[in-house]
Amino acid sequence: MQYLLSVYGPAELTELGSYPDKETMQKAMADTDAFNKTLQANGQWVYANGLASATSATVVDGQVSPPVVTDGPYLESKEYLGGFWIIEATDLDQALALAAEGSKACQGKVEVRPFQSYEPQG
Amino acid sequence: MSEPALTAQLADAITRAHHDEWARVVASLAKRFGDLDIAEDAAAEAFATAVERWPADGIPPNPGGWLTTTATRKAIDRIRREKKRDDKYREALLVVDDEPLEPLGAIDDERLRLLFTCCHPALAMEARLGLTLRMVGGLTVAEIARAFLVQETAMARRITRAKDKIREARIPFRMPSAADLPARVDGVLTVLFLVFNEGYLATGPGTDPVRAELTAEAIRLTRLIRSLMPADAASSGEVAGMLALMLLTEARRAARVSSGGELVTLDEQDRGAWDAALVREGHELVRARVASGEAPGRYQLLAAINAVHTSARDIRDTDWSQIVALYDQLVRIDPSPVVALNRAIAVAELDGPDVALASIDRLDEALAGYHAYHAARADLLRRLGRSADARAAYNRAIELAGNTAEAAYLSRRRDQLS
Repeated sequence: MQYLLSVYGPAELTELGSYPDKETMQKAMADTDAFNKTLQANGQWVYANGLASATSATVVDGQVSPPVVTDGPYLESKEYLGGFWIIEATDLDQALALAAEGSKACQGKVEVRPFQSYEPQG
Repeated sequence: MSEPALTAQLADAITRAHHDEWARVVASLAKRFGDLDIAEDAAAEAFATAVERWPADGIPPNPGGWLTTTATRKAIDRIRREKKRDDKYREALLVVDDEPLEPLGAIDDERLRLLFTCCHPALAMEARLGLTLRMVGGLTVAEIARAFLVQETAMARRITRAKDKIREARIPFRMPSAADLPARVDGVLTVLFLVFNEGYLATGPGTDPVRAELTAEAIRLTRLIRSLMPADAASSGEVAGMLALMLLTEARRAARVSSGGELVTLDEQDRGAWDAALVREGHELVRARVASGEAPGRYQLLAAINAVHTSARDIRDTDWSQIVALYDQLVRIDPSPVVALNRAIAVAELDGPDVALASIDRLDEALAGYHAYHAARADLLRRLGRSADARAAYNRAIELAGNTAEAAYLSRRRDQLS
């Protein structure tokens, strides 16, 4: 069963990302890196990455011809998706436990959301 | 046997089977089919079939076995029907873990799994309340909606959404790990305590001030979790404490509302009207916890406070220094303003209303919207002879009190001010 773990942050990022100072940023990056390695070692890693600032987003509507292109993120909000993991977990309890570790590592709240389709393996 | 007696006997057997077997049937089907929705529907169908068949066929020798077998057949029928429509029904299965959990020993009752699933922390509190009363308590959606003063359709939606989340997010149907157990038991106790409190001091003006069906249900479910938890499991002490707290509170129910529908406070209650058997059982539980020598948690401390109250034959015999000492212990575990308020109310009996008022006034910012805060202040101001201030505090308390019996009591006290 796959879960999306999302981390939210401000629309605009400084050179420190969303962190208050350099030490905090370096610690968060090192901790997150260590957490990612554990996920990989345990076979729970599917994918993870941080996103560039939300102000760099572009919305495209291809339902019309020619497609309509709009500058900015799809939803107006105070906080935007800043990065995410896709993990493999047996159930929500395991996903929540991993999310707690990830949250502590990256120093942000993590939203846990299951993917819709699940194909039983084997 | 005459016809009406037979009917009464049957009705009684069906009611008893529903009380005793509902949670077991739902839990065993949830385990077998891995889906709460299927389990709930099939259990409901099995009970409906019993109502139809038992009058003609007689009460089966093992009603629980009959109900489980019947419900299982209904569930298989439904799954076959749906499998034809949607071959991917397996996607919806709950995670059922059949590995025995070593730290918990042999005891892993399906009903306990069901309770932990319904009280999962990933569900909103109101969803946990609704699900627990439906799946474990066996109350109908209409009964639950009435208990919490919401429309039946709203309650049905709330329960359906919770079931959907359990399925979609894969909330597992199993015992929590030993490490998670204390927090998860605490979560279950919170749900049961909310059910009990809603029964004991109903919040809405449109209901009876005391809802015996809710207090009884909360006690029944607390007894169930207590009987299912191994005695040596972490937090089994808090389960015993919660049961004692409920019993010692429930024991005073008959004395708590006057014939005129007014709340009767502890100092004015007819102590002879207390339920002696419940008091005795509550006291035994508290004594056993004290004898265990383990550090008490908050429910054990609250139970101990209630044990001191119910040990006094007369309000004047109350051991207030013991009560304040227990509150001091409670404040260390739970330094919330509500605990500080209750401690101050006990301090008034020991050190006088002026000392208590000084500590209560410090809580103004945190508790300004809480009726009990203003009621306690009003009482202290009244005792200090500050009638005008007392009147203002009573008015605020009456405005905020949702319970009709409490509002009636506060109004009388206000109108008696000089």
